[in-house]
Amino acid sequence: MTLDTPPKLACPDQLELSGGHPTLMGSRCRNCGEVYFPASQGCTRCCAVDMEAFNLGSEGLLWSWTIQGFQPKTPYNGGESEADFKPYGVGYVEMPSGVKVESRLTVADPAALRIGMPMVLTLEAYRQVPGEAPVFTYAFAPAA
Amino acid sequence: MDNEVAIIGVGLHPFGRTDGLSGQQQGAYALREALKDAGVEWKQVGVAYGGSQDGGNADALSNHLGLTGIPFVNVANGCATGGSALASVIAAIQSGMAEIGVAVGFDKHPRGAFNPRPKDWGLEDWYGETGLMLTTQFFALKTQRYMFEHGITDDALVRIAQRAFRNGALTPHAWRRRELSYEEIAESMPVNLPLRKYMFCNPAEGGAALVLCSAKHARKFTANPVIVKAAVMRTRHHGSFEVFNPGLAAQQSPAPTVMASRAAFELAGVGPGDIDVIQLQDTDSGSELIHIAENGFCEHGEQEHLLRSGATDINGRLPINTDGGCLANGEPVGASGLRQVIEICTQLRGQAGQRQVANTPRLGYTHVYGAPGVSAVTILQAG
Repeated sequence: MTLDTPPKLACPDQLELSGGHPTLMGSRCRNCGEVYFPASQGCTRCCAVDMEAFNLGSEGLLWSWTIQGFQPKTPYNGGESEADFKPYGVGYVEMPSGVKVESRLTVADPAALRIGMPMVLTLEAYRQVPGEAPVFTYAFAPAA
Repeated sequence: MDNEVAIIGVGLHPFGRTDGLSGQQQGAYALREALKDAGVEWKQVGVAYGGSQDGGNADALSNHLGLTGIPFVNVANGCATGGSALASVIAAIQSGMAEIGVAVGFDKHPRGAFNPRPKDWGLEDWYGETGLMLTTQFFALKTQRYMFEHGITDDALVRIAQRAFRNGALTPHAWRRRELSYEEIAESMPVNLPLRKYMFCNPAEGGAALVLCSAKHARKFTANPVIVKAAVMRTRHHGSFEVFNPGLAAQQSPAPTVMASRAAFELAGVGPGDIDVIQLQDTDSGSELIHIAENGFCEHGEQEHLLRSGATDINGRLPINTDGGCLANGEPVGASGLRQVIEICTQLRGQAGQRQVANTPRLGYTHVYGAPGVSAVTILQAG
């Protein structure tokens, strides 16, 4: 997707938008090479605290999925009424580094989701309240 | 071992919904019942560990029971609170800190799913705001992956729930006492697929308490003590698949349950095949499915056959959650782990009525698992 104006993001630190297509930002341990999402202050694998920024990319494989069938309580702030709530997909997507990123999915149809299918990162307006700018978060969509 | 600790009294405030009684009042009720069962007065108790997630401080129970000046430690380990409290009391008695100790847990949760605050778990607000921070979602994602890796179908999830409600119907103090048909469960509302409404337990209310002392003095108090052969608590390693994780490590590692279970069997000097009656954390059908194998009672992937064959029923080879578990009792987080221990004590004493496991069970096993990756296991032996 291309963006004409900078979108309002729920998690700006987790996203890199400069390349025209969003990618996910995490971190990597300089000592042992372990990769984290979101970026971590220290390494829970080797206990070192020497981390560098790491771009996880935008493509991966669906590793697990579910459909969120009921409206979450706060702190969820989708803003819709209970009657307007629509179930959404949630999954873990395995990125090329091996890290699995938990994410909303753009599809919520069980028949359209299969573990191992290729997925691509996009932005989704998860909060759309009349009179407010929509708030976007990252989401994965089935790759075309 | 001459340093063993025994459970000499158990007490429960029935789980479910009790309007008009606070969580602390339900905890105090359970504690009084346990003291009565042990024939011990509160004044004789030298140390207490207790916990509650939403019911206030456990040490406030002293205001109900009496201000005797003892060390009363508040424990907060999520779903593993009861198991952690118990392990702590045992260590205190073994160290000589006190002769008699109590472990108590209680809770009173609002209706509906839990809504944790991201900051309490070291996470940023966006994780909760965008709708990713739900325990039900985690259980579903973990179960979905597990079923994929081990070739398990939805049938296993239905059978676990069906057995829980069947056992709950036989348990006078259970909350959900209506048996549910296979179809009712299989066709119930999708909550977080593959998990449906009747495959989840509900946050609830209730209290549970244990009185313990050194095993060598146990018979002064009771004719049927239960010896704690092991009580082990472990937390997660890097790479285990835990709740509230926006990212999972590239390489997976064994769950804290596996570590706690192995350590408990080693400490007790017995194996999974020696256990006669079992309590496993079943916040949902998927969790129990995974926990059957993680605790060593079968290989990963064997569960579906085990469940179909009836092996996990009350009259089976591996009776699991004979009181209906969390699914039929609900989960007051602070009390839940101790409810499991009480059910095993009841079975080992031969006092479980219609749900009694035949042939006088001698060894029992309990397992809790909670956020953010905590597990506690006990192995209990009829004294």
